[in-house]
Amino acid sequence: MNLTLVTDRDTDQAVRAASPLAVRGMTVSYGQTPAIFSVDMTLRAGAMTAIVGPNGAGKSTLLKAALGVITPLAGSVTVFGGTMADMRDRIAYVPQRASVDWDFPVRVIDVVMMGMYRQLGLLGRVRGRHRALARDCLDRVGMADFAHRQIGQLSGGQQQRVFLARALAQEADIYVLDEPFAGVDAATEKAIVAVLQGLRDAGKTVLAVHHDLATVPDYFDDVVLLNTQVVAAGPVADTFTEDNLNAAYGGRLTTARADPESVAG
Amino acid sequence: MLADALLLQLGYNATLVAIGACLLGIASGVAGTFLFLRKRALVSDAISHATLPGVGLAFVIMVAMGGEGRSLLGLLLGAGVSAAIGLLCVQWLTRRTRLGEDAAIGAVLSVFFGFGVVMLTVIQTMNAGRQAGLESFLLGSTAGMLRGDAILLAASAAAVLALVLILRRPLALAAFDPGYAEATGWSLPRIDLAMMGIVLVVTVVGLKVVGLILIVALLIVPAVTARFWTERADHVVIIAGIVGGLSGFVGAAVSATAPALPTGPIVVLVGFGIFLFSLLFSPRRGVLASVLTHLRYQRRVHVRQGLLALAQGQPIYETLTQRLLTRAGLILPDGVPTAEGQAAASKALLDETRWAIVRGDQAYALAATRYDGLTPIETVLTPDQLIEIDTKISAPEVVA
Ligand SMILES: Nc1ncnc2c1ncn2[C@@H]1O[C@H](COP(=O)(O)OP(=O)(O)O)[C@@H](O)[C@H]1O
Ligand SMILES: [Mg+2]
Repeated sequence: MNLTLVTDRDTDQAVRAASPLAVRGMTVSYGQTPAIFSVDMTLRAGAMTAIVGPNGAGKSTLLKAALGVITPLAGSVTVFGGTMADMRDRIAYVPQRASVDWDFPVRVIDVVMMGMYRQLGLLGRVRGRHRALARDCLDRVGMADFAHRQIGQLSGGQQQRVFLARALAQEADIYVLDEPFAGVDAATEKAIVAVLQGLRDAGKTVLAVHHDLATVPDYFDDVVLLNTQVVAAGPVADTFTEDNLNAAYGGRLTTARADPESVAG
Repeated sequence: MLADALLLQLGYNATLVAIGACLLGIASGVAGTFLFLRKRALVSDAISHATLPGVGLAFVIMVAMGGEGRSLLGLLLGAGVSAAIGLLCVQWLTRRTRLGEDAAIGAVLSVFFGFGVVMLTVIQTMNAGRQAGLESFLLGSTAGMLRGDAILLAASAAAVLALVLILRRPLALAAFDPGYAEATGWSLPRIDLAMMGIVLVVTVVGLKVVGLILIVALLIVPAVTARFWTERADHVVIIAGIVGGLSGFVGAAVSATAPALPTGPIVVLVGFGIFLFSLLFSPRRGVLASVLTHLRYQRRVHVRQGLLALAQGQPIYETLTQRLLTRAGLILPDGVPTAEGQAAASKALLDETRWAIVRGDQAYALAATRYDGLTPIETVLTPDQLIEIDTKISAPEVVA
C-alpha cells in the first residue's frame, strides 16, 4: 500500500508495474453525484487488503470499476503493470451474494465449472482435469459433498463457499471479493478466512470489501478506508486508527462499532 | 384419423406442415429457454408484434417495384428489419431513459402493432397487388405451405441449434450471474444481442406457421415446462426443444384431421397441455408434489409436538395430533402413551435437549443451521460429537 503522493510519472510507473492491481484517479457517478471520487489504490503483492467504509461509501462501486464491470467517468486501472484486457485471466471475482438468481437450474458443480468458462472459451471441451479441478476447489471450501445439489437449496454460508470455489477454479493471482462474510455463519467465515490466508501464503493477492470492523486487524494486512474518497490507506497497524475511522464514518462510528450490521452495505 | 395424421398419412401438405411445425417447435423451444432463464420472456412479445409494420412496408415496396407483393422471403425480410428496429427501441428506452423494461416493451409493442394494423388496413383499400393473405401473419396459416417454406424452417432450426450450442456458456453465465460474466470478461450487451438475434430469427420464420400473436407462447411455454423436470440448465434446453417439437408435430397432426382447425392455435394448445401436465405432476416442482410434501411435513410436525407433550406430561389438545399418534400406535385412544410411545417421546425430548446445546454453542454453528425442529440430531452429528454433547446435559432424567 502506498500512501505517499507520487508526483513523478516515472516513479508511479514503477510502483504500478510492481503492484498486482493499481487504480488511479477513479471517479464513478450513477447520476450527478459521484459514488467514488478520484480514488487511488495500490495493492501490495502477497497481501490481504480490506476495503472498509460506511454503507453507500462506494465500496462495491470501486470493485466493479476496478474490474471494468462499470465504465468510470475518469481514471485508469493497471494489473501487474498491464491493461485489464490483457491481464483479465489473473483476476478472480466473488460478487455480492445478492446479485444471483437463486432459482436458476444449476448444480453446485456447474457453478464451479463457470470459473473455467473463460479458459475453456466457447467450444473448448470439458476434460477430466477440468472436472478434477472443480472437485478439488469444492473440497478446499468443504463443499465436496454438495456437488450435485441445486444452488438454491444451500444455506447462505454454503452458497458463499461455492462462489469462493468458483473463484478458486479461475486459478488467478488476484482474488477480489465483495462482502464475503455478509450473512454467513461463523463456521463458514472461518473456512473462508482460512482459504484466503492460504492463498496469501501462496503469494496471491486478496482484496475484500469487509463490513465487520472488529475483525479487520485479525484477518487483513492492509486496509483502505473509503467514504466516496479514500480517507486513509496502508498497513492495518498504521492506518486502522481511531482518528482515521472517525474521519471515514463521520459521527456514525459509535453505532457502527456497536452494531457491525448497520455498516454493512 | 388422428393416428393417420400422427403417422404422416394425410397427404403431402399435411406432412409438410407437421414437419415444419415440429422443426419450428424445436427451434423456438431451444431459443426461448435462455430468454426465459434471463427473465426476458416478454421481450419476445415486443419483437413479434414489431414485425407487422415490416410486413406491410415490404408489401408496399414490392408492389411499387412492380411485383405482386407475395414473395414470402421479401415479406419476412421486412418483418425481420422492423422487429430489429423494435428491439433496438426497447433496448434504447431501457438504457437511456428512466423507463423500466416492462414500460419500454409495452410502448414498443403497442406502437409498432398499431402502426402495422393501420398499414394492413390501408393496403386492403389500395387495390394493388394480391394483398389477400397478409392478415395470416397475425394468426398464422399453413394451408398453402410449400416445400420451400419447410426448407426455410429446417435451415433456420439448424442455424438456431448451432448458435445455441456455440454460445451456451456465455448465455448460461449471463442468465445466472451477469455481474460475474462481465467481471470475467464477457460482454453482456453482446451476449444479449446474440440471444435476441436468435429469438428474432425464430420469430420471423415462425410468423407464417403460428402468427405473431402466438409465437411468444411457442418460445416461452416449452422452457417453462422443461423447468419442472430438471435442475440443470443444459437439460432445460434439451427438454424445451423436445416439448416444442412435440407440440408442433402433434398440434399440426391434430389440426390436419379437420379442415376447420387452425394449426398455430392448436400447436399452442398442445404445448399448453404438456405444460399443465408438468405443472400438476412434476415430482419436485409440481403442484401435487408440493401439496403432498406440505401434508407430510405437517404430519411430522404434529407427531413431533405430540411426542414432546407426552414426554413433558402435558395434555394433547389437537385432534389431528391425537389421531396421528393413535394411528402410529404411540398412544391409546384414551390418550395414554403405549410403551413404544413412551420410548419415542423420551427420544424426541433427548433430541431437543441435544439440539438446544448445539444451537447454544458457537463450535457447532454449521450444524445448528440444520435445526428445523424435526431432523434427528444423529443425522447431523457424528457419534463422537453426540457423546461430547451428552456430557453437557445436566438433567439426567431425560437420558432414557
Ligand atoms: N446501479 C446503481 N444505480 C444508481 N445508483 C447506485 C447504483 N449502485 C450504487 N449506487 C449508489 O452509489 C453509492 C455507492 O454504492 P455502493 O458502491 O453499492 O456502496 P457500498 O458498497 O459501499 O455500500 C450509493 O449511494 C448507491 O445508492
Ligand atoms: Mg456494497
